[in-house]
Amino acid sequence: MNEALRAGDLPCLEVAGVDTWLVRLFATIDDANMAWITALMRRCEQVFGDTLIDLVPSYTSVLVHYDPLALRPDEARARLASLLADLAPDDTAAVGEVKELHVWYDESVGPELIRLQEHSGLSRQAVIEAHCEREYRVFALGFSPGFAFMGSLPEALALPRLETPRKRVPAGSVAVANRQTAAYPRVSPGGWNLIGRTGERLFDRRREGFSLLRVGDRVRFVAIDRAHFEGLGGDIAPVEERS
Amino acid sequence: MSAVAQLRVERAGPLASLQDAGRFGVRRLGLTQGGPVDIHAWAWANRLLGNAWGAAALEITFGGLSLIAEATTSLALAGADLGATLDDVALDPWSSFTVEAGQRLKFASPSSGLRAYLAAPGGFIAEPVLGSVASVSREDLGGHDGQGGKLRSGDVLSFTGGLRNADTLPVESRPDYSQPASLALVPGAQIADFEGASLFAAFHRAWRVDERSDRMGVRLKGPTLRCRTGNMISEGIGLGAVQVPPDGQPIALLNDRQTIGGYPRLGALTPLACARLAQCPPGHEVRLQAQALTPAQAAYRSFLRYFRDL
Repeated sequence: MNEALRAGDLPCLEVAGVDTWLVRLFATIDDANMAWITALMRRCEQVFGDTLIDLVPSYTSVLVHYDPLALRPDEARARLASLLADLAPDDTAAVGEVKELHVWYDESVGPELIRLQEHSGLSRQAVIEAHCEREYRVFALGFSPGFAFMGSLPEALALPRLETPRKRVPAGSVAVANRQTAAYPRVSPGGWNLIGRTGERLFDRRREGFSLLRVGDRVRFVAIDRAHFEGLGGDIAPVEERS
Repeated sequence: MSAVAQLRVERAGPLASLQDAGRFGVRRLGLTQGGPVDIHAWAWANRLLGNAWGAAALEITFGGLSLIAEATTSLALAGADLGATLDDVALDPWSSFTVEAGQRLKFASPSSGLRAYLAAPGGFIAEPVLGSVASVSREDLGGHDGQGGKLRSGDVLSFTGGLRNADTLPVESRPDYSQPASLALVPGAQIADFEGASLFAAFHRAWRVDERSDRMGVRLKGPTLRCRTGNMISEGIGLGAVQVPPDGQPIALLNDRQTIGGYPRLGALTPLACARLAQCPPGHEVRLQAQALTPAQAAYRSFLRYFRDL
């Protein structure tokens, strides 16, 4: 097994179904994981070719769904094992694209901006600066199409989820929960703390590749004022409370 | 090929949606797989007309649907007995048949099972969205309107049409949905982290299907299962995964499940066990049966070989 990757029982192959393996590489969330995850995905695509049905990358693992009629199950397992033996990480600096999300930070569209100030002891401006200061890595997409889980947030901004999730979070809402941040591609229920809004279309079925953000991408938030936000076509309707 | 035959929706039931084999290659973007929750009955409906694997069929849940044929054509039914009639004459729930222009095809309510599949020669025609016509209402994708919308009265379902020889599934080959369901589960994931008594209960006690069940997943009610693993880092979830949230009541995840999740899992139901579970109404008794990976793979491969390698 791959020495560079080896830690405890990892990496390992876990049964996730009759035609699905979960390749577990790591036990903890780390920005550096993603260079291995993207490398593993690319190698799976090469090695499985047309017999690959789907890949689901996430923080520490990749789910590999293959066609068990086109490829014998024992052969699928053997290919994964041999692929893991010589897996090398992608060049970290080159993993993913760099994307900017313009955000209007405001209490009307981000009610938990207040809670975040109380929690962190930082001023409103300092909270916004802290959120914009670093480059985040996209660890996984899920929950809804194009919803990117990004991290890791500065410790000071790590606020637990809301005890009672909102039934209706507006599209474009920028949010934080624990050490992660995200933007809601569409109206949906949600329990994350809302701090602002972006006018970017995060998921668009007419766009090449459909999702603005992909696993491994590096994302930076850029604070803009209301006029700029409206100029970009942003929706200024306030978050309905008790919604 | 242009559409020459149509079915007009006279009355839309609570839930009917077009499903092809599913939407694949985009789960990394957070899109669910969709497709028929009962792959077995869906495959039979298509097979009875000689359709290729993957042809879109109408998944009819509960019934309550009424369709008017706009042309003379063959159609086929498979799956639940929803009391289907053609101009008030009962139809065999596992067979192909001919409808004449102007006839009314009506679905009443389930007498056995939950979902019936209606297939048309060549499959129903709809614009593929992200590679598939599978209708996923939660994502506003696919289906007859491309938006995952609900079927409404006045909607029209198009297909190429044509007449096929009458075909039927022998009675002895049909599943009996009225019996308690025995579901094959391939153990895996965090199964070793469950308490011994919980593991015994999981595989030896009867479970009941909960009302809070849909195309995303089916909740099971029964003994409380305890796991030493709490919430985990979210990871990709396969079809049929049986996850156990902190309330100790398992949820079997089906076609419209979220792509990633972080609850501990016992393993995964086989695709054919998922199909069987999809026919269980609330309150139905199910049992989980551990099955080793190799025979489970062999069973699924022979299923695919039979239906896909025509």
